[in-house]
Amino acid sequence: MSIFADRKTTLIVQGITGRDGSFHAKQMIEYGTKVVGGVTPGKGGQTFEGTVPIFNSMHEAVQKTGANASVIYVPPMYAADAIMEAADAGVQLIVAITEGVPVLDMTKVYPFVKEKGARLIGPNCPGLISPGKTKIGIIPGRICAPGRIGVVSRSGTLTYEIVYQLTRAGLGQSSCVGIGGDPINGTNFIDCLKAFEEDPDTDAIAMMGEIGGTDEQEAADFVRKHMSKPVVGFIAGQTAPPGRRMGHAGAIISGSSGTAAEKIAAFKKAGIGVAQRPIDFVDLIRARLTRRKPSAVSSRLPAKSKAKAKATSKPKARSSKPRTIKPKPTKKKR
Amino acid sequence: MNIHEYQAKELLRAEGVPIPHGDVATTPQEAEAIARRIGRTVVVKAQVHAGGRGKAGGVKLAKTPEETRDIASRILGMQIKGLTVHKVLVTAAEDIASEAYVGIIVDRAAKKPVFMVSPAGGIDIEEVAAKTPEKIRKMPIDTRYGLTAYQASELGWFLYDDPKKVKAVAKIMQQLYAAFMKAGCSLAEINPLVVTPAGDVVALDAKMSLDDNELDRHPELAGLRDETAEEPSEVQARNANLTFIKLEGDVGCVVNGAGLAMATMDLVKYYGGEPANFLDIGGSSNPEKVVNALRIITADRNVKAILFNIFGGITRTDDVANGIVTATKQNPLTVPIVIRLTGTNEEIAMKILKENGFSASSDMDEAVRKAVQLAKGGKAA
Repeated sequence: MSIFADRKTTLIVQGITGRDGSFHAKQMIEYGTKVVGGVTPGKGGQTFEGTVPIFNSMHEAVQKTGANASVIYVPPMYAADAIMEAADAGVQLIVAITEGVPVLDMTKVYPFVKEKGARLIGPNCPGLISPGKTKIGIIPGRICAPGRIGVVSRSGTLTYEIVYQLTRAGLGQSSCVGIGGDPINGTNFIDCLKAFEEDPDTDAIAMMGEIGGTDEQEAADFVRKHMSKPVVGFIAGQTAPPGRRMGHAGAIISGSSGTAAEKIAAFKKAGIGVAQRPIDFVDLIRARLTRRKPSAVSSRLPAKSKAKAKATSKPKARSSKPRTIKPKPTKKKR
Repeated sequence: MNIHEYQAKELLRAEGVPIPHGDVATTPQEAEAIARRIGRTVVVKAQVHAGGRGKAGGVKLAKTPEETRDIASRILGMQIKGLTVHKVLVTAAEDIASEAYVGIIVDRAAKKPVFMVSPAGGIDIEEVAAKTPEKIRKMPIDTRYGLTAYQASELGWFLYDDPKKVKAVAKIMQQLYAAFMKAGCSLAEINPLVVTPAGDVVALDAKMSLDDNELDRHPELAGLRDETAEEPSEVQARNANLTFIKLEGDVGCVVNGAGLAMATMDLVKYYGGEPANFLDIGGSSNPEKVVNALRIITADRNVKAILFNIFGGITRTDDVANGIVTATKQNPLTVPIVIRLTGTNEEIAMKILKENGFSASSDMDEAVRKAVQLAKGGKAA
C-alpha cells in the first residue's frame, strides 16, 4: 500500500500544455502514472502527445474520464481558481505544484476544498510519489525505490537528497509526500503521519521540517500521543536569521517563534530521532527498525516472527545493529 | 515586502482611516516647509524598516518649523539598527487620552487573517501577548465573508465602553481590513490608535507588510519597495531572479532549492564554519543564473571559499557546470571553490568541470567539510 495515491489513481493535469505541465506530464506518463486527461481552456478537443485528451474545464474532464485526482501547473495568479475548480469538479486529491500563490487566496481556497471533502497537497510543493506505483508532481522517479519508509517534507530538493540517500542505503519508500513551503497549505505533517501510521506497508517515517510556523511542534505532539511507528526528523534553517524569508514563503522566524531550536526540542520531547545532518537519516532509521522490528529491514523473515517482534520490540536487537554512528537513546513514552 | 509608515498611512488614508496631516521629506528644508503648512506642533519620524525608532532617537516633537528643520537634519542620515535614514515623516502632533492596538496578521495555524486588538497600545504587541495575554482579543476572519459588522463591533467593545468610540473604531477596523485585502498584506497594524482629549479616534502609526506573491497583481504597489533600505547585493540578486540573503560568515553557498540551501548552511555550521549567505538558484536550468550567483558571491569580501551544492532534479547539473566555467572565465576566482553535484546529467557535468580544471564530488558532507577547511585557510583533504 501507500498513502494518498496508488495504481488506482487516475489523474488530470491542469495546465497540461504549459511549459512545466507538458514536461512533467510526460515524465509522469513514463513513470506509469495513469494520466487520463488534461485541462487547458481553449484547447479542448486536442490531444496531448497524441494520446491524452485535453478538455476546456475540469468538470468536463472529470465527467468524461472519471478521474479521481488532479495536479496543477498553472501560473500563481490562476492557481487558487484552478484548485477550487478541481474541488468543485469532485476529484478527491488535488496536488498544487505552483509556487507563488498569494497567501490570502489560500485563505479562501482552504475552507472551500475542505467543504468539498477533497484533499489538497501544496501549493508550492513537489507533489508525491508512491515508488513503483504512481507519481503526481515533479519528484524524480529514479531517486526513489519501492519500500517501507514513509517520507514527508516541506521541501523539494532537500527531500530528493534524503530520499536518494535512503534509496542508496537500501531503504525504499512506501510514499514520499512534499507538503510544500507555503504558510498555508492543504495537507500538513499530521495528516501524513496519520496516514503513514495507518498504512500497513509503512514501518518508519522520515520527516523533514524547516523554520517558520508551528506545524512541526504540533506534529511532534501528535507523534508522542498517537504514533506507534518510529519517526526520524530533521529541521532545516538552524543558521537562518530571524525575520527573513528563506526562499520558501513559510520559512521565516517571526519574532522569536518558529525557530529550529524550538522545533528540535519538540522533536526530542516526543521521542523523534533528530537527524543533525541529512545523511544521519539512514543510521537513525535503521537503528529504530532493528530495535523495534527486525523484519522491517530484512523482509525475508517469515511473517510470524514479524508479529512477535512487534509485540516484544525494543532493546533486544540493539547489539546486532549494523551501524557506525551512535544515535542518542530516546525513550518512547506511550 | 515591508513598506514605510508614510506609505502605509497613504494606503489607509485612501480607505478613510482618520490620520493626522503629514508628509514625507528627504531634506531638512522640505521638513520645515511641511511643518509650516501644518501650522502647529509636529512629530518628525524616521522612515526605516526597523522597530524601536523612538528609543533610537528617530522620533522627536518639534514646536516650530525652524525646530523641525534642525531635528530633521539630525535624524536624516542617522543609523537605526544598521539602516540609514533617508526620509522623515513630518506629521501633526496629537494630544493623547488613551492608546490602543489594532492589527491583522495572517495566522498560519488558523489559516485565516486574525484580527488582534488590545487596549494596551503604544508598546510592542508581542510583549503584551507575553506578559498580559488577557489584554488581547483575537478574532479569525473568514475572507470569503470579510470582517462582519458584528465582529467589528464586538472587537470595538473590547477596546472602549463609549458607544461613539466603539462605532468609530469599528469603522476604522473595516477600513483597515479593506486596505489589508486590497494590498494583499500579511500584516497591517495601527499602533497606537489613540483617543484624543476631544474624543476622536485617530491612527498615529501604521505598519504594513505586503505578500511578495501579490505584487504581480499590484504593479503599483511594487513601486513602494525602497531599495535604499535593502542590502545592495540582495537587490542585485532579486533583479537576477535569485533568492539571496546576506549573512556574516565566510563560506559562500550556491544551492538549488530553499530547503537544501538551508540544510547546506546548517551543515557548514555543523562542521565548524559560518555561511556567508543563503542563495537559491531555483529549479530552472539556466547557466546565466549561475554566472549571476557567482558574481554576487565573489563581490562579498568576507567570502573565503565558495561551495556549490546542486541536487539535479529539474535542474540539469551540466547547465550548472557550464555556468561555473563561463563565470570563472569572465572573472577568474580569487578564492577556492568546492563543487558538489549529483543527479540529472551528472556524468556530463563532471566531464565539463574536469576538462576545465575543476574537481567535483557527489557527496554533500565531504564537499561541505572541504569548503569549511578551505575558508579557514587550511588545505583541502
